[in-house]
Amino acid sequence: MKTFRVVSQLVRSRIISMLKEGSRIDDRGLLDYRPIDVKCGLISRANGSAQVSIGSTKVLAGVKVGIGEPFSDVPDQGVLAVNAELVPLASPAFEPGPPDETAIELARIIDRTLRETKTIDLKSLCIEPGRRVFVIFLDIYVLDHDGNFIDASALASILALLNTRIRKFSIDEGELRYEEEYVPLPVLHTPVTITLAKPDDGPFIVDPNLEEELSLDNRVCISVDELGRICAIQKLDGSLSVDEVFEVVSIACKTAPKLIEIVRRESGLDAGS
Amino acid sequence: MNERRIVLPGEFLVEGDYQPGLNVFRQGKRFYSSKIGLLSIDKKVVSVIALHGVYEPKVGDLVIGKVIDVGTFSWTVDIRSPYTAILNASDYFKGRFNPLRNSLRDALAPGDMIIAQIVEFDRTRNPVLTVQGHGLGKITRGMIVELTPSKIPRLIGRKGSMINLLKKEGRCQITIGKNGLIHIVGETVEDEELVAQAIEKIEREAHTTGLTDRIMKFLRRSRGLDV
Amino acid sequence: MSSEFVRPDGRLPDQLRPIKMAVGVLDRADGSAYVEQGNTKVIVAVYGPRELHPRHKASPEAAVVRCRYHMAPFSTRERKSPNPSRREVELSKVIKDALSQTIFLERFPRTSIDVFIEVLEADGGTRCASINACSLALANAGIPIRDLISAVAVGKYNGHIILDLNDEEDEAAEADMPVAIMPSFNKVVLLQLNGVLTEEEFKQAFDLAVKGCMEINRIQRETLRSRYLSIKGEENEDV
Repeated sequence: MKTFRVVSQLVRSRIISMLKEGSRIDDRGLLDYRPIDVKCGLISRANGSAQVSIGSTKVLAGVKVGIGEPFSDVPDQGVLAVNAELVPLASPAFEPGPPDETAIELARIIDRTLRETKTIDLKSLCIEPGRRVFVIFLDIYVLDHDGNFIDASALASILALLNTRIRKFSIDEGELRYEEEYVPLPVLHTPVTITLAKPDDGPFIVDPNLEEELSLDNRVCISVDELGRICAIQKLDGSLSVDEVFEVVSIACKTAPKLIEIVRRESGLDAGS
Repeated sequence: MNERRIVLPGEFLVEGDYQPGLNVFRQGKRFYSSKIGLLSIDKKVVSVIALHGVYEPKVGDLVIGKVIDVGTFSWTVDIRSPYTAILNASDYFKGRFNPLRNSLRDALAPGDMIIAQIVEFDRTRNPVLTVQGHGLGKITRGMIVELTPSKIPRLIGRKGSMINLLKKEGRCQITIGKNGLIHIVGETVEDEELVAQAIEKIEREAHTTGLTDRIMKFLRRSRGLDV
Repeated sequence: MSSEFVRPDGRLPDQLRPIKMAVGVLDRADGSAYVEQGNTKVIVAVYGPRELHPRHKASPEAAVVRCRYHMAPFSTRERKSPNPSRREVELSKVIKDALSQTIFLERFPRTSIDVFIEVLEADGGTRCASINACSLALANAGIPIRDLISAVAVGKYNGHIILDLNDEEDEAAEADMPVAIMPSFNKVVLLQLNGVLTEEEFKQAFDLAVKGCMEINRIQRETLRSRYLSIKGEENEDV
């Protein structure tokens, strides 16, 4: 319903005029995230799962590992398949049906972020080159939309992957053999995504909530990994000046470590494993 | 007409104390073109005479349209604009409209051409037409030619020089719809065809100079007369 | 130094592929254009502004831009199914978002402006070539726009920052970054990165992209102007 995509003019003007004074309607700093809450491993039937809340925005990512055929151009590598759904229960603005352009865009941004950094060591997931490989299905479900489900989806995705456990396997003369032990998926990097927004005349903010998203005409997201490498950029709404482009990349690189710290802490990476 | 410079969308035109005219927008004190066209600066008004673009309806405009649908109380008319127009039965039948007696379809059917005037139009609704007025109503003979609406001033010419030339040398009655449709009626089909060709030439060469002269030569030569 | 690096097709790092552009190539469309960048060939048709049905899809305030980026089945190395792929859906969206920045949408409430892109041959940089053609087609249709949009992709290939990647380079590149700008207003309306760059490499690549876009813009303007300069009054036409 259209009414949920249209923000009231009063709210919009207030958000923008407050931003020009350097403050936000929920009292956050311009470059602050809302409180981030993480729950890992809640779906026992999934190989891995994580639910991330940024403020009221809630995203659940689940990982299922299966066996299938590799892509023809990389026959000796496992497959990563990323899908995202903006399910109707998450927002009156989401309608039932197959993924629309926004859901597809979300999935592809997350996919690019993980794929380009080679976050998953897909080479080690080959069973029989050209015939059988492990397929990692990452499904992202946006459950509650209060703005910025992209960053929440990115966090949920990397946490779900880090949470994923598969049976330890070995290939013996083309035969796949499982052992009793469960081991983590080979995850080599921890990329995160940072979304920024700004009004035409005003400063950048990080992590826009829903009202900010609907009020601010210009929005961009940038993915950065723990090595400081920029691994995805997507201008989402509006436009940026050339100088602003450099500014957002700089802000993203400075903000990423805070999110990566959360990822490492919640997945137990820092606990000396 | 003076030599006019062809400008492109996004092209910087002038800076300073001007007023924006047609197809020009300003950012601060800088003026830019929003279409491909000819730059015109007249008494501090900067305009661009577009070489392409749809007809944007205006109340009071005379237009030529094609009936495309018949409803219970009105016809839908295509006036070659982003919005289809409505002609109400109450207007056509001068208020004396009885749905039981007067069949809309018998009066105007899809495919019929009409000359009409726009009486109502705003951002919230489609243009409403009237056929009450001198020279308005169903077109029964002659032919219709299309011209890019923004080139109509060129078709008329300075103080009517071009249109009068066409009427005289082409020996036809010509009605100009502001929406870029022109109605030509002549004694013979050949006369009408010739004027149609002249109008097509104007469409192609609207951005050049010396056009009135060339059209005159074209018309006279085609009729075997001295130039 | 990067400038001594020669690419597989013989180009220098900051060199564009040969470009061909033409407008008004389709008779029925309100506006149209054809663009070739190297072997990449795209054709664009614009219809509108025209009334949008069903009414609830229209906006009472402004025109709605609908954009379909589609690749012909014979355009790619292996035949591509004619059904829209997820990539085509995403590209349709980002191109639509870019075009929406330049069109004066509020001029035509309750209408749609429909942009149809067909990639006839795909050899890298299809979304950029598409945007370049869309700009020309919009101008050709006489739809009021703030500026032409000029686009080109940059990337990192074998450690070198390069301009206008073809498909071979794109497949092997460490990074591929399409950029589209409105040159008169210094506005970036499309920016995506597929790959990995350091902050320093990003700066270098983006600067190169902006230069490339300016060159593309020059060619677009020449294409539009030359259409009119070549039509001069003919006195002795035989009709």
